[in-house]
Amino acid sequence: MTGFIILLAIVLVVVISVQIGKIVELANKIRGQEESDRINADRTAFWLLVFGIALILGTIWSCYHYKNFMLGYGPHEAASIHGKKVDSIFNLTVILTGIVFVLTQVALFYFAFKYKGRPGKKVLFIPHNNKLEFYWTITPAIVMTILVVSGLMAWNEIMADVKEDEDFIEIEAVAYQFAWDIRYPGKDHKLGTRNYKLISGTNGLGMDWTDPKTHDDFIADQIVLPKGKKVRVRITSKDVLHNFYLPQFRVKMDAIPGLPTYFVFTPEKTLDEYKLELRKYPEYLEPSDPKDPFGPKKWETFTYELGCAELCGIGHYSMRKVVKIVSPKEYEEWFNKQNSVYFSTVRNTDDDPNKGKVLAGEPITTSVETKEKVDTTVIISKESLNKK
Amino acid sequence: MAALTHLEEEKLIKEQGYNDHFYDHHHGDKHQMGFITKYIFCQDHKIIAKQFLITGIIWAIIGAAMSVIFRLQLGFPEADMAWLRPFLGKWIVVNDDGIGSLDPNFYYALVTMHGTIIVFFVLTAGLSGTFSNLLIPLQIGARDMASGFLNMLSYWFFFLSSVIMLASLVLSTGPFSGGWTAYPPLSALPQASQGSGTGMTLWLISLTFFVVSVLLGGVNYITTILNLRTKGMSMWRMPLTIWAFLITAIIGLLSFPVLVAGFLLLMFDRGMGTSFYLSEIFIGGQALDNVGGSPVLFQHLFWFLGHPEVYIIILPAMGLVSEILSVHSRKPIFGYKAMVFSMLAIAFLSFIVWAHHMFMAGVNPFISNFFVLFTLIIAVPSAVKVFNWIATLYGGNVRFNSASLFAIGFVSMFISGGLTGIFLGNSTIDIQQHDTYFVVAHFHIVMGIAAFFGMFAGIYNWFPKMYGRFMNETLGQIHFWGTLIGAYLIFGPMHYIGLAGVPRRYFRFDSFETFKQFDALNQFITVCAIIVFALQILFVVNFFYSIWKGKKVTSKNPWESNTLEWTTPIKPGHGNWEGNIPTVNRWPYDYGKDGVDFIPQIKPLAEGEQHSELHQ
Repeated sequence: MTGFIILLAIVLVVVISVQIGKIVELANKIRGQEESDRINADRTAFWLLVFGIALILGTIWSCYHYKNFMLGYGPHEAASIHGKKVDSIFNLTVILTGIVFVLTQVALFYFAFKYKGRPGKKVLFIPHNNKLEFYWTITPAIVMTILVVSGLMAWNEIMADVKEDEDFIEIEAVAYQFAWDIRYPGKDHKLGTRNYKLISGTNGLGMDWTDPKTHDDFIADQIVLPKGKKVRVRITSKDVLHNFYLPQFRVKMDAIPGLPTYFVFTPEKTLDEYKLELRKYPEYLEPSDPKDPFGPKKWETFTYELGCAELCGIGHYSMRKVVKIVSPKEYEEWFNKQNSVYFSTVRNTDDDPNKGKVLAGEPITTSVETKEKVDTTVIISKESLNKK
Repeated sequence: MAALTHLEEEKLIKEQGYNDHFYDHHHGDKHQMGFITKYIFCQDHKIIAKQFLITGIIWAIIGAAMSVIFRLQLGFPEADMAWLRPFLGKWIVVNDDGIGSLDPNFYYALVTMHGTIIVFFVLTAGLSGTFSNLLIPLQIGARDMASGFLNMLSYWFFFLSSVIMLASLVLSTGPFSGGWTAYPPLSALPQASQGSGTGMTLWLISLTFFVVSVLLGGVNYITTILNLRTKGMSMWRMPLTIWAFLITAIIGLLSFPVLVAGFLLLMFDRGMGTSFYLSEIFIGGQALDNVGGSPVLFQHLFWFLGHPEVYIIILPAMGLVSEILSVHSRKPIFGYKAMVFSMLAIAFLSFIVWAHHMFMAGVNPFISNFFVLFTLIIAVPSAVKVFNWIATLYGGNVRFNSASLFAIGFVSMFISGGLTGIFLGNSTIDIQQHDTYFVVAHFHIVMGIAAFFGMFAGIYNWFPKMYGRFMNETLGQIHFWGTLIGAYLIFGPMHYIGLAGVPRRYFRFDSFETFKQFDALNQFITVCAIIVFALQILFVVNFFYSIWKGKKVTSKNPWESNTLEWTTPIKPGHGNWEGNIPTVNRWPYDYGKDGVDFIPQIKPLAEGEQHSELHQ
């Protein structure tokens, strides 16, 4: 049915246009060529002017109407420190290009209107004007200089890697068709070695268990990060290209197999703070599910998200992961509750290269949460420790 | 001094023209014996131009129809698509309730093919191929291209490439579906995606043949322009169209081979187990042996063509628009030399900005500094061109018809799309805007719509030269207004969707809280896209109707233009001019000089008259 309507609409547009064409030509014939040329020129010139004005007003209106979609306005304020810089350079560019847009479009359509054709009219024979051309070469050059300088200053600051002695959290995002694995370094704050050849059903990331740094690494089902602390995300992929994209934080970087990349950012707003801000905007007070008008509102169901921004195959649109920014205290609590992959699933199984050996610094006490989940392998390891 | 009458014009060519003895040896018609040599394996540049144009139109319809289908998916993901089953077969999956939905595999194939077809087959072959072939010999005063045979091969390689691409559309695994940029590993590994199997193999072969076509054409265009100009046609007396085609051909010749190099390495990775682009990959439950390659290398090779490619698309349109604006404003193009130098500057810069497509692709952020700088410098020659077009209208006597309206529309689109490029060229803003709908909106306006507008302007303007008839003017103007308004309504809202962060190439948006808010806008865009598509069908109807039934051209020079193509007979045969080749005495933009409406290039200077180009 839809198809039929669409095809019908296309046919109708064509038929109607052809009919209009015939009528106009008939009218021109009746009027005489010169007269109809004059009328047509007037009409076209008028509509060009109207279009020019409508384009300018439409653009300004839509900028205002959709201001809440623009970077740095309304709910689309960046939730990270460097994001503020991105937003401010965006806004500088909006203003400068906006001025150029209005001036050139007005000139284009106004001149087309003003200098509409009349038989025998004399034109201005001006092949060129060096002075004018000099000014309109130099002006864009100056404007571009402003944008390049401000843009690059921000860029080099944003893209700088962390320094060794800095206080930061490093996490790793590993992309694959079609999901993300987020690895945290555990208590030693160091990510252990991985080798793609070690990837197996039980070791999805190919962590090399002979490297003790892997032992406390854990994989989280959400990205949880504390507010106000610098984060370095090590980004990589297992199969094809993906892109680590956090829209609210102005973070984006390709995930490349065999070539780890990084992005450093500092979250500035917790998820709860961000949601409270969203409450101020009417579009977020609407029900999240239009079919359920009394269900949760949009600001309530909102969450920070990680998505993929590099075409990676048919599931490209579904690589979602929830991102939570919490207070440092909440983060600490959450962090302590996480179980290391090694000790919860690998230790003393056949996959463990250290099977039967005692590891230096092996945790003797574990948090309450882990105790409930303790499996036999962990118990065995403890017993062997006690015997010592 | 008054404009020339036709008799005076013929007399001038006869007396002052150059006799190249073309007709003495009767080789002029020797290639046009039968139907096959005249219309199929033809070596006449005018027929080859029409072959490029009509093949391009067919591809444009296919490419645009694809966009309508995936726009339906994006605007109305829940709608029943079962009605498309007769066309798309198994790619429409019908569930138990009889509701048909698009297979995501085919959605991505459609997106990929839409890009490939429009960029290469329509806006490279259809635009540059058509008008370079048609106008170069006619406007520089040559009998034909330097090598008619290579020119014929150029078309037939394009045809071969088209056939292969067409064949890939009907494969059971579907055509290639990894995006028109074909980034490996997705494009290298059949395990990664259905379309990366046979579909990708055919895609690579097809585009390799396409590059052969472009190179054969390019060599010919450059040779012809440099060597076959008629007497008096110095470089600074060439119309801007010819300058544009020359520069375009040079860019193509320098950049397309790099693409083939990239493709070859990709073929090796696909078929011979090399690791140019592959490293440390675990896919389909298996760790591959390839180590040490870099997917980023392909991106460098691809964009070393890919970026010049957008200028290969837009420069011919710029040339056509410059000529058309001048002719229909009855005024010389403003700043002729500045126009040439800005095209040269754009061409040069186009080779050192490729990595601005890769700011977020894992290249060293320090390197990006240079690419930001050069990218934003391109805004300067582009701005000069825009100002010059606007200044050409100033003080003119603008004749409104489909050709000049589309030229004005081109300038408007080029401004709008060019300005959003300033956002994306700035790497800091690109962090957020990279691969979002903002990018989609930007390049569709600046190189999609703008290039189409240039092409439409060119078709309406030179249709009389191609077929000896006019296209229907009223239908042309309906086509113009609908497309102008429709294009802004389609791509305007996309900027806001992109600013809100919505990534491109998503099959649906509903799994993300952040991206699912824009159903209404997406529906609006889809409806506009369908209407604009209908208007293009109107254009096609007008085009083919006018070939046989259009209003006949009654005078040699219907637009009262200065350039040489309008001194040929209404329907020029092989060899273009019946007797001598005209010689040139002045630049092509003497419109309104000393109060005379137009002075053709063949007319000698009057007593005491100064060359206009000397004032440049």
